[in-house]
Amino acid sequence: MSNKIETLIRMANDISDFFNAEPDKEIAAKGVINHITRSWDPRMRNDIIAYLHEDGSHLSDLAKNAVSRLS
Amino acid sequence: MSINKEQDFGTPASESTKLVNLEIDGFKVSVPEGTSIMRAAASIGIDIPKLCATDSIEPFGSCRLCVVQIEGGRGMPASCTTPAAEGLKVVTQNQKLAEVRRGVMELYISDHPLDCLTCSSNGDCELQDMAGAVGLREVRYNPVETHLHAVKDESNPYFSFDPSKCIVCSRCVRACEETQGTFALTIDGRGFDSKVSPGQNEAFMDSECVSCGACVQACPTATLMEKSVIDHGQPEHAIITTCAYCGVGCSFRAEMKGEQVIRMVPNKDGKANHGHSCIKGRFAFGYATHKDRITKPMIRASIKDAWQEVSWEEAINHAASELKRIQAKYGKNAIGGITSSRCTNEEAYLVQKLIRAGFGNNNVDTCARVCHSPTGYGLKQTFGESSGTQNFDSVMKADVIVLMGVNPTDGHPVFGSMMKKRLRQGAKLIVIDPRNIDLVKTAHVQADYHLKLRPGTNVAVVNALAHVIITENLVDEEFVNARCDIASFNKWRTFVSDVRHSPENTETITGVPAAEMRAAARLYATTKNGAFHYGLGVTEHSQGSTTVIGIANLAMATGNLGRDGVGVNPLRGQNNVQGSCDMGSFPHELPGYRHVSDPETHALFESAWQAPLSTEPGLRIPNMFDAALDGSYLGMYIEGEDIAQSDPDIIHVHNALRAMECVIVQDIFLNETAKFAHVFLPGASFLEKDGTFTNAERRISPVRKVMRPLAGYADWEVTQLLSNALGYPMNYSHPSEIMDEIARLTPSFNGVSYDKITELGSIQWPCNDETPEGTPIMHKDEFLRDDGKGLFMLTEYVATREKVTQKFPLILTTGRILSQYNVGAQTRRTENNAWHSEDILEIHPHDAEDRGVNTNDWVGIKSRVGETVLRALVTDRVQPGVVYTTFHFPESGANVITTDNSDWATNCPEYKVTAVQITKVLQPSEWQKEYQAFSELQLDLLEQGISNGS
Repeated sequence: MSNKIETLIRMANDISDFFNAEPDKEIAAKGVINHITRSWDPRMRNDIIAYLHEDGSHLSDLAKNAVSRLS
Repeated sequence: MSINKEQDFGTPASESTKLVNLEIDGFKVSVPEGTSIMRAAASIGIDIPKLCATDSIEPFGSCRLCVVQIEGGRGMPASCTTPAAEGLKVVTQNQKLAEVRRGVMELYISDHPLDCLTCSSNGDCELQDMAGAVGLREVRYNPVETHLHAVKDESNPYFSFDPSKCIVCSRCVRACEETQGTFALTIDGRGFDSKVSPGQNEAFMDSECVSCGACVQACPTATLMEKSVIDHGQPEHAIITTCAYCGVGCSFRAEMKGEQVIRMVPNKDGKANHGHSCIKGRFAFGYATHKDRITKPMIRASIKDAWQEVSWEEAINHAASELKRIQAKYGKNAIGGITSSRCTNEEAYLVQKLIRAGFGNNNVDTCARVCHSPTGYGLKQTFGESSGTQNFDSVMKADVIVLMGVNPTDGHPVFGSMMKKRLRQGAKLIVIDPRNIDLVKTAHVQADYHLKLRPGTNVAVVNALAHVIITENLVDEEFVNARCDIASFNKWRTFVSDVRHSPENTETITGVPAAEMRAAARLYATTKNGAFHYGLGVTEHSQGSTTVIGIANLAMATGNLGRDGVGVNPLRGQNNVQGSCDMGSFPHELPGYRHVSDPETHALFESAWQAPLSTEPGLRIPNMFDAALDGSYLGMYIEGEDIAQSDPDIIHVHNALRAMECVIVQDIFLNETAKFAHVFLPGASFLEKDGTFTNAERRISPVRKVMRPLAGYADWEVTQLLSNALGYPMNYSHPSEIMDEIARLTPSFNGVSYDKITELGSIQWPCNDETPEGTPIMHKDEFLRDDGKGLFMLTEYVATREKVTQKFPLILTTGRILSQYNVGAQTRRTENNAWHSEDILEIHPHDAEDRGVNTNDWVGIKSRVGETVLRALVTDRVQPGVVYTTFHFPESGANVITTDNSDWATNCPEYKVTAVQITKVLQPSEWQKEYQAFSELQLDLLEQGISNGS
């Protein structure tokens, strides 16, 4: 795994850790999606989506849920 | 232009709203109750002679020169200490008063050198003026013993102390106490032996003096005098401008001789600093004309090549063609840039405009990425705006001040002095910091609580404080019900009520005793006005944004918002870091913090800029480095920012810069980043251009050109040249036109113009039709979120992944020191090195003993990503298990050891928590050896370029 992908996984998991405090997991997932969509460059979004499709095992559950719904 | 000296009213203004009426020399005058007779007279143009009085400090009544007579009163009271009162009839001048004053002056002059013609104060000496004012014509005394041969103290590099000229008026002593709050000076001895003494009869440099200049400013003679005036003579004109150091944004009079700055004098009317200054702004301006300034554009094909001096036209065309080449080869998004938080608002605006409209992408970022980006995020989410809530003056109404992760006496010294004044008046103080910062215990100030938390546990602390406030029913229900989103509050109440957040249960995480945590929470919540101030000790963590949100939650829950004396106050680092963020320097936000995808904003800017704009966020600085290493980001325009020194995990940054095909650096020096550059465009210092800076309290202040740009162009002009060469036309003739454009396009700036800034002196945004003169305090009636309500957010504590282990058992945290500024590019080129000439590692005596380390030993500091070597200082300022250093010197390599961990929301680096091991060593680290060789090579390549060009 490249350093770049490792960084993106870490970022996605950290974002998910924050929104995970939300008891309603649908709201939490939308929080993660919104945050990534509004602050990540498209090439970063594409890379994390590609990683999820290839493997995804290092993403937390909430991060997986959110990344799977990124466009 | 003229020197236009500021009027000295003799005593401070009264804040009373009640007026009293009196008569002075037959003239009727109304003044606020509490005004001195001296000030009342000055307000109608009657200058009563004075020596020991000046309007920056409280009256003292010692010189007896300002005596007056009051009808029906006895004797001759001092007008400085006698308050104006209803119906008084005052006489300021008659034969008797004149005789007394002449007698006083005769005594002063009998022990004063009569060298006026060669004195450095000639033309600016109050003693000389008063001798003239009282009509002194002879000195009848011939004293046997005088102070005329007292020895000068020249130890301070910026000012001299000549006791032979001292009249012992105590103005310097009182300024040190009242204005600065350091109490470094005293009057030693009695009667004839009385003398001004720094510390315990020490030289100034050996005393506690912090060289703020308040004593020099207050001195009425040549006793305390700037060495620059001694060397060059009195200035002949003055221009009001704004300091280019920290986020306090002090207003200064640049006192000039032609185009030479003779001295920088703090402006009494400056609304951020009220006539006070620190060592950097007051004295450390010499860098602007330092021999290291580069004033000719340079280019080179590779960083292994010598620089080649070229014309502006050639440099700009080369830069533009390289950027175009990279875009043609690798795509539109393969280039980007960084705006400068040291440059003006107008310059930051132009750079981001060039990138968005000229480059055609949003790959723009700024140094706030590595400092207060979590502030922008956290306060925008909770309050609806990315800025602090108060003006600085608000702290003078605070009853309890909370300082979290901030060290104002070093980082924001002028505001620190104001804060100390309020603390001496009796405000309570809670310090939340791993270190014993000065304010924990300093002259006449002692913190009521010092929550000495473990680095990295800020969120656990704010949650514990919130737990106490909620479970002990300390919430301001009325405020919450009226002003906040209730559903979010209820959710947050349930969250923080959970017993896992209690001080008792978090004690093992935070290291803060539960009883102290509870007491501090009660003090903040139950005191009338609670003001929260924080700094990089909050933001530079993996949970920086979460802590900012947590602080906002605390302020809302306790109703500490929307009025004087309260608020959430980020103390921002660089002079214009607030402004650069306001100007749209983040990759996801256009000016005014509006998202690039917002349809209305997008349409507004596309129409105004006449260019297609991307609706996708661009790369942040750390993502730019990653993209450089994967080959998708290869060209960069960097204005006034030194990422090769300031950013974390610096080896990674250097590798990224090496991977790029064209790095364009615009700066006043060949900084560390420029050593990796292919094009160097000479920048202009703040003295060489017009514009505005915005400080930490949202105050937009004027920056004025006092000399021509050494390289021929101001920075905004260089950006404009580059833009035009790239084919995106810019045709501004003055920065005021850029500000007019910003005002047209940005709602919070709608009412801002250069004319209004000149009229008001400065303006705090938002400034628009609703608030035409600006907004000192935000969120008074409602928050700026769409529904007007404050939003509570949940703040779960998540431990940093940077764990201490047996291999890395200590936590390194970094910070700054008073005399140096940021990466040190400016202050290292001044006499400030006399105070701090190298970065050192602070280590607790227990940890030092375990490792056999003594003060001044060389120690290796090894983290998971790198190793460097510094000298050690064994001190209990740090707690066991924690070590601390600053990052002002590139050779220190503080950022060789910091990691790429960063804030979850903004990627602000986790500078404050790095697990390290310390060992005693005998030589520099491998990185330091490599750095030295690389740096020497680059300076040699620069020298070759300059030699070939001359």
